[in-house]
Amino acid sequence: MLHDLSIGALADRLAARELSSVELTRHFLARIERLNPGLNAVITVTAENALADAARADARLAAGERGALLGIPLIHKDIFCTDGVRTSCGSRMLDNFIAPYDATVVAKLKSAGVVMLGKANMDEFAMGSSNETSFYGPVRNPWDTTKVPGGSSGGSAAASAARLAPFTTGTDTGGSIRQPAALTGITGVKPTYGRVSRYGMIAFASSLDQAGVLAQSAADAAAVLKVMAGFDPKDSTSVDAPVPDYPALLNASLKGLKIGLLREFFDGLEPRNAQLIRDALAVLTSLGAETVEVSLPHLPMSVPTYYVVAPAECSSNLSRFDGVRYGYRCENPKDLTDLYERSRGEGFGAEVKRRIMTGTYVLSAGYFDAYYLKAQRVRRLITDEFRAAFDQVDLLAGPTTPTPAFPIGAKMDDPVTMYLNDIYTIGANLAGLPGVSAPCGFVDGLPVGLQLIGPHFAEAKLLGAAHQFQLATDWHTQRPRGYE
Amino acid sequence: MSNWEVVIGLEIHAQLATRSKIFSGSPTAYGAAPNTQADLVDLAYPGVLPVFNGEALRMAVKFGLAIDAQIAPRSVFARKNYFYPDLPKGYQISQYEQPVVGKGAITIVLDDGSVKRIGVTRAHLEEDAGKSLHEGIANASGIDLNRAGTPLLEIVSEPDMRSAKEAVAYMKKIHTLVRYLEICDGNMQEGSFRCDANVSVRRHGAEKFGTRAEIKNLNSFRFVEKAIQYEVARQIEIIESGGKVVQETRLYDSDKHETRSMRSKEEANDYRYFPDPDLLPLEMEAGFIAEVRATLPELPDEKAARFARDFALSGYDAGVLSASRELGAYFEAVVAALGSAPGQTHAKLAANWVMGELSGMLNRDNLEITDSRISARALADLLRRIVDTTISGKIAKEVFESMWTDGKPADAIIEERGLKQITDSGAIESVIDEIMAANPKQLADYRSGKDKLFGFFVGQVMKATGGKANPAQLNELLKTKLAGGQAASAPLS
Repeated sequence: MLHDLSIGALADRLAARELSSVELTRHFLARIERLNPGLNAVITVTAENALADAARADARLAAGERGALLGIPLIHKDIFCTDGVRTSCGSRMLDNFIAPYDATVVAKLKSAGVVMLGKANMDEFAMGSSNETSFYGPVRNPWDTTKVPGGSSGGSAAASAARLAPFTTGTDTGGSIRQPAALTGITGVKPTYGRVSRYGMIAFASSLDQAGVLAQSAADAAAVLKVMAGFDPKDSTSVDAPVPDYPALLNASLKGLKIGLLREFFDGLEPRNAQLIRDALAVLTSLGAETVEVSLPHLPMSVPTYYVVAPAECSSNLSRFDGVRYGYRCENPKDLTDLYERSRGEGFGAEVKRRIMTGTYVLSAGYFDAYYLKAQRVRRLITDEFRAAFDQVDLLAGPTTPTPAFPIGAKMDDPVTMYLNDIYTIGANLAGLPGVSAPCGFVDGLPVGLQLIGPHFAEAKLLGAAHQFQLATDWHTQRPRGYE
Repeated sequence: MSNWEVVIGLEIHAQLATRSKIFSGSPTAYGAAPNTQADLVDLAYPGVLPVFNGEALRMAVKFGLAIDAQIAPRSVFARKNYFYPDLPKGYQISQYEQPVVGKGAITIVLDDGSVKRIGVTRAHLEEDAGKSLHEGIANASGIDLNRAGTPLLEIVSEPDMRSAKEAVAYMKKIHTLVRYLEICDGNMQEGSFRCDANVSVRRHGAEKFGTRAEIKNLNSFRFVEKAIQYEVARQIEIIESGGKVVQETRLYDSDKHETRSMRSKEEANDYRYFPDPDLLPLEMEAGFIAEVRATLPELPDEKAARFARDFALSGYDAGVLSASRELGAYFEAVVAALGSAPGQTHAKLAANWVMGELSGMLNRDNLEITDSRISARALADLLRRIVDTTISGKIAKEVFESMWTDGKPADAIIEERGLKQITDSGAIESVIDEIMAANPKQLADYRSGKDKLFGFFVGQVMKATGGKANPAQLNELLKTKLAGGQAASAPLS
């Protein structure tokens, strides 16, 4: 079936003119129509635009143009501004917001000839680990629709896992690509901070946010990342460094690759999950990699550190949503204060409000030093520990999440337990490092992810290791029942 | 009053004269239709990001070098968080703990001629807010975001000023400086240059400062003076009647010439400053400071010192003539065109005319020196006729007025109207003889000791000659004649 093919295989068929982009687009639109109601992964379908874009891609192909993504459909996380299309960020606040411009990521993919099928559900303003905070309702995990798909890129992950598109985009502030990728059995890549432009990506925590990709395999992700990455003068934090040819670097041998096992990531990890990770590392060693145990003593402090830094930045980033220029505005405000209070009170959901309040608190006079400044110091310690670790090893490895997908509703009343879901992913965000989650087995029929973390700009090495792992295993080709 | 010492510090906001905004590509020109100079970044649309305009850094560094301040090798943008409709992001990007310009100082000249040093604590870069419009819209307020994102340099002084006059002198000095540096147009009506004043009073000899009030948004030198005077009197009255000054922000009402409370310390915002994660710290690249230093013009103090030294002008004259680059340049052009005899210039004459007649006309017609109707060269042509005694200073004023209105050269006017001075002794003598003959009584009185009548005879001769008699010659000749002597030809001076 078309949706089983890799991006490379689809591109070959498009290039050979055995398949048109319009046909491919229709195929996925039909899957969305049939399968999405059970998942709620896609909240905006742009069928008409998609078919027009596909026709344009076909014209380019007919004219002899070739491209790794030319004519390939995708679904964007609804955090990316898409010109003329609603960009809700999963919030009532932006339910009526039609973006007047394209995010750099969107523009880059568009000019590569990618066809947007629609926009993916997500946790409200990317705040959540289960995709239950969305104004548009929870997303269901295709492996078990009573379970969460993870978050915040839960819609993107579920859509990729259910093959509603060949790939989807996501963003990762504390694990929001890797964690849902792990819980839905797909490959998720969070690039180095600064590798992909943040322009047009609605900000949650600016110093942590990074756009990435959720795909069927490391090879597919490599093809997409090559197009997404690169310096953007509109984003001062994007880095002006050449973009490697990721697909061409996938076949580097793992011989002599030193992989550090993060001791802290195995403390308290469920034994069956731990075993799957050890099995995965055995595969990597069989391919020539060496493993050593590595310790980052401050890593366990990443969750509390993150939950100071991220809310602090979000409390400021979300101030622009004030009901004045765009987005939700309350009915009949009686004065300015009323306009602010009710527009924000009614426009934001509970989790967003919780984080705004937390962030406002930690930045307040008298608390700033004890919280924000201290958190920044710990962040630096964690970054330094990662750097020291990468003096000894090429990559670090461990689980992506402490448990497989949990039931919808199970953790919504307990934010701290929910926050602990990101315990293994947050460190890479604090240090700005790239990370990959790749499927490595199942516990009780639910996927488990292997996480690899690399030094800054080591995406090629990460994707290469994940690709070699996927050549030796078939976890990433497993399909959830009903979505074959 | 004399028991009290006034303590003033100013925070001056100078809009930097960049063409585009500090964090977006929108133009900064003043006066466009509302919201036509605001792009998605200025409007704080979801997902947009600020990109720093390096020209603003260059200008800030220029200012720092001009006041001999430390330039921070690394400075950081911070967010100042508060809600207001004219602040679209809900925060202002400013600098907080690490400003670009550190401690520096300028000097001002006090009334008694003494020089006082005023410390500058810091100067930092930030963006301006938009404007709320409360008139002309029923049941609503309008917002114009054209100004949002205009670069500002906030210049914070030490609490070194001791009177409203000193505060004005300081503000004028900074005003002169930013215009010299061409980093701010200094237009106060348009709000390009404005200040907040922190004012407190304490008894003479007290060690601790009194509680201060901050008066917001003063956009004229006169308002600064009036507002401070009012505020000082208000605070003294409160304390003398047993009350306590409260720390608060006050607004100046320029119609009533009074300040009134805007918000107290308790109501003050907690701005929750933190480093802006969207912007990298500004790292001063090697050589950048030297490169900027090389672009510094001659500064006002340097120019004034040079004028005083090279042209033998008083400190006051040198100060006035160096108050703006344009005025200084005009004055120098007059001196240069006038030429000089070995060992002496006619700089004092030029200075008097530029500060006197010319400035008077410019003020009358509300013109800048650059718009003067008489060019420096044309003025020099006129002054040359005083120097070579073709006309007297008095006649020259008449010629000057004609030049101003008609735009004709001085020589043409002198020629046309026959204003050439009479320097022929014989001609002057015969007029004197006529006057003496026509006024026998005054002549007798003079000769019997009423010296004051000398002026009467001068006046009569001038009247009869249409003011054209050479004054020095006339004096000599008249003295001799009135004394009853036979005049010898008076030499020309």
